[in-house]
Amino acid sequence: MPDRPAIWNFLLGRLSLSSLPLDNTIVVWTFVAVALGGAAVVGAITYHRQWGYLWNEWFTSVDHKKLGVMYMVLATVMLFRGFADAMLMRSQQAIAFGSNLGYLPPHHYDQIFTAHGAIMIFFVAMAYIAGFMNFVMPLQIGARDVAFPFLNNFSFWLTVAGVVLFMASLFIGDFSHAGWLGMPPVSELRQSPGPGVDYYIWGLQLSGLGTLLTGINFVVTVIKMRAPGMTLMKMPMFTWTTLCTSGLIVVTFPILTATLFLLSLDRYIGTHFFTNGFGGNVMMYVNLIWVWGHPEVYILILPMFGLYSEIVATFSSKRLFGYSSMVYATASIMLLSYLVWLHHFFTMGSGADVNSFFALTTMMISIPTGVKIFNWLFTMYRGRVRFTVPMLWTMGFLFTFTIGGMTGVMLAVAPADFLLHNSLFLVAHFHNVIIGGVVFGVFAGINYWFPKAFGFRLDEFWGKLSFWFWQIGFWVAFGPLYVLGLMGVTRRLSHFTDPSLQIWFIVAAFGAFLILLGILSFVMQIVVSIRRRDELAVGNDPWGGRTLEWSTSSPPPPYNFAFIPRVHERDAWTDMKKHGYQRPLEGFNAIHMPKNTAAGMLLAGLGTVFGFAMVWYIWWLAVLSFVALLAAAITHTFNYDRDGHLDAEEVARFEHTGNWAPKAQGTTA
Amino acid sequence: MNTTVVAPAHAEPRDFLCREEAHPHSGTLLGFWLYLMSDCFIFAALFACNAVLGTNVAGGPSARDVFDLPGLAVNTALLLFSSVTFGFAMLEMARRHKRAMLGWLAVSGMLAAAFVGLEIHEFATMIAEGAGPGRSAFLSSFFTLVGTHGLHVTVGIIWLIVLMVQMGKHGLTEANRRRLMCLSMFWHFLDLVWVGVFSYVYLVGVLR
Repeated sequence: MPDRPAIWNFLLGRLSLSSLPLDNTIVVWTFVAVALGGAAVVGAITYHRQWGYLWNEWFTSVDHKKLGVMYMVLATVMLFRGFADAMLMRSQQAIAFGSNLGYLPPHHYDQIFTAHGAIMIFFVAMAYIAGFMNFVMPLQIGARDVAFPFLNNFSFWLTVAGVVLFMASLFIGDFSHAGWLGMPPVSELRQSPGPGVDYYIWGLQLSGLGTLLTGINFVVTVIKMRAPGMTLMKMPMFTWTTLCTSGLIVVTFPILTATLFLLSLDRYIGTHFFTNGFGGNVMMYVNLIWVWGHPEVYILILPMFGLYSEIVATFSSKRLFGYSSMVYATASIMLLSYLVWLHHFFTMGSGADVNSFFALTTMMISIPTGVKIFNWLFTMYRGRVRFTVPMLWTMGFLFTFTIGGMTGVMLAVAPADFLLHNSLFLVAHFHNVIIGGVVFGVFAGINYWFPKAFGFRLDEFWGKLSFWFWQIGFWVAFGPLYVLGLMGVTRRLSHFTDPSLQIWFIVAAFGAFLILLGILSFVMQIVVSIRRRDELAVGNDPWGGRTLEWSTSSPPPPYNFAFIPRVHERDAWTDMKKHGYQRPLEGFNAIHMPKNTAAGMLLAGLGTVFGFAMVWYIWWLAVLSFVALLAAAITHTFNYDRDGHLDAEEVARFEHTGNWAPKAQGTTA
Repeated sequence: MNTTVVAPAHAEPRDFLCREEAHPHSGTLLGFWLYLMSDCFIFAALFACNAVLGTNVAGGPSARDVFDLPGLAVNTALLLFSSVTFGFAMLEMARRHKRAMLGWLAVSGMLAAAFVGLEIHEFATMIAEGAGPGRSAFLSSFFTLVGTHGLHVTVGIIWLIVLMVQMGKHGLTEANRRRLMCLSMFWHFLDLVWVGVFSYVYLVGVLR
């Protein structure tokens, strides 16, 4: 506690003026930039009187499509933040040799790599997949919304709550320096007395709860709300992967919650789960966190596998090759992902038998993954492949991800891992699969479904530019890290002594610069497309799609489908087109719709206050916000009036005008 | 390629739309069941900690020194009986007997409150004897696992009170019956977890 009158310590806990990192010029300038940018955005919204629109149409919306778009926006903002961290690290490592210590002191550098990892996984990759699953899955199964629309809104705001705490740590206090998994004993109170690890814990607890609720919500949605006739083996591939990912979320995120809970008990009330003394066991934490952490990477990649499957089939103008094997491969990856966690610490010393078991299960995962790769290739084989932007990203994925997978199998060889463990080879490997798999998938998916969400296509030129900068930039940035890793360079270092290594780091930094150009091209692509939206306008089915989301208007009406579709075959929309389906223009019914609510925002806001109070030991505020949270949740259950109706005339108005604009019909790439 | 042009209808016509508005079944019970399974994983992690750390007494008291098995028998009986009485409440709900249902719910709540009271007493006694959660990894895992269960029971009691008020106010509406079904699952789930706590943490604890 700071040295000052007791009343201040009561009111502010350990928060004081010295908590503001005013001595760190990089952070101060970042703050100035963020403050000015934020003020400009707030000013613009106020000037254009858009607050009411945002509040009514977006923030309080329980519509899965709007929530999906909000997740995408959130993830993109956080991508910029996470990438800024990456640029800092690459430039530091490129110059910090010998007597040059670079511009980032170790204490700051450690926070940057921790923030980079945690943000990229939790608030970029997870938010993107939550966005895709939200937007696409209910449309693909012919549903009006998800099973629990309010919970869906609440999940989103919990994710935002986590983001707020992570971002607050940049300017108030500091962030964890214990790595993206918060490994003890470094993350214990004795080694990390500051607020950083607490920011990390509470940010992840809030957003983790949101993710868990999303998982439950989507499993129930897929199980209960599919259109009549859509049996499990007729579900689109993306829906299958959404189901498997959501199932994994339900069985793994509670373990993350429990593990972080135990760490917080160690830090707040002095228990000894993961401490060095009093019988604590550090490896217990490492085991638990990876029991969550390994399935987590499959939670990220499975929806992308589904997304690539949709794209490959659409742009090869063929049905997906080996659908059933694809489903079984997805399901077996889901199960196997739970049996490999120990490969993250073969060096623990658990003995040859245990290491062999986990090495074998790890290698086994490459079998269903290989099945998938071949299925995609065979789908393209003798298809009429159209090389659109989504297809380019997909082919970039096939190339990049396969190589990343193979370096993964190298790491799975336990004896080899003793040499490669914690080296830059590992860093290169997981970026190889996460960028090559998840990030490429994100851009493929954005280019693919953007016309569905907004009614116009994205510009091709800037899209292709973005792809090539990313694709080449990735290899220039991470190829050198493979080499360095094989030479024995360990990860998480802010300074090097051997000058012969420097050239590799300079090349890697240049690669990161190419990726920066890729990101800027993406921003340009969005800006240019918005400006040219009239020329780029498309109808409901711009790509010749195969699944139900392409049967409704672009953007879809709030109720998705005026009549719930009846499914007969696997690619339901292709089937409808083949049979000369004509969209009805009369005979509409009133449609049951859930009402908007601000409850999700309120609850998550109180959660944020609670988290902040816990981080800074402001106990009165913690108690107050917790009681308020409980009271608000209970009050919410007293509201039984949550549904409304859209009457038949309004449905008819949507179906006759607006997004079904005839001028755009039939536009195609 | 113009994709919206209708292809020649070479197959027999099919009905692709549901003309009537369907009323999908509520997914609440399935959703709640999934939540319980996820909660199960929280307990699994805590049980795993107890299994690994349960003998790490760090020179402090061991399970044999601190556990009061006769008191535990009373405690366990209270919780198991509250499950039975909750079952009676559900039967009364099925018969639409609101008063009897509320009565059995009140009994269940009081049994559970007695359980929590005894647990708090047990904790206070142990802490007073110097066997608090900060004494050793064994005690950390014991207090956390048992305390997390107790916290769940406490939340269950608060939920029970809220639902009793809502039942009193709005009667046995569909929404209220669904909610009580969820609470019932929660209640029995906690009983089941307690059987695990009782047999593994306490009984196996004093043996190993």
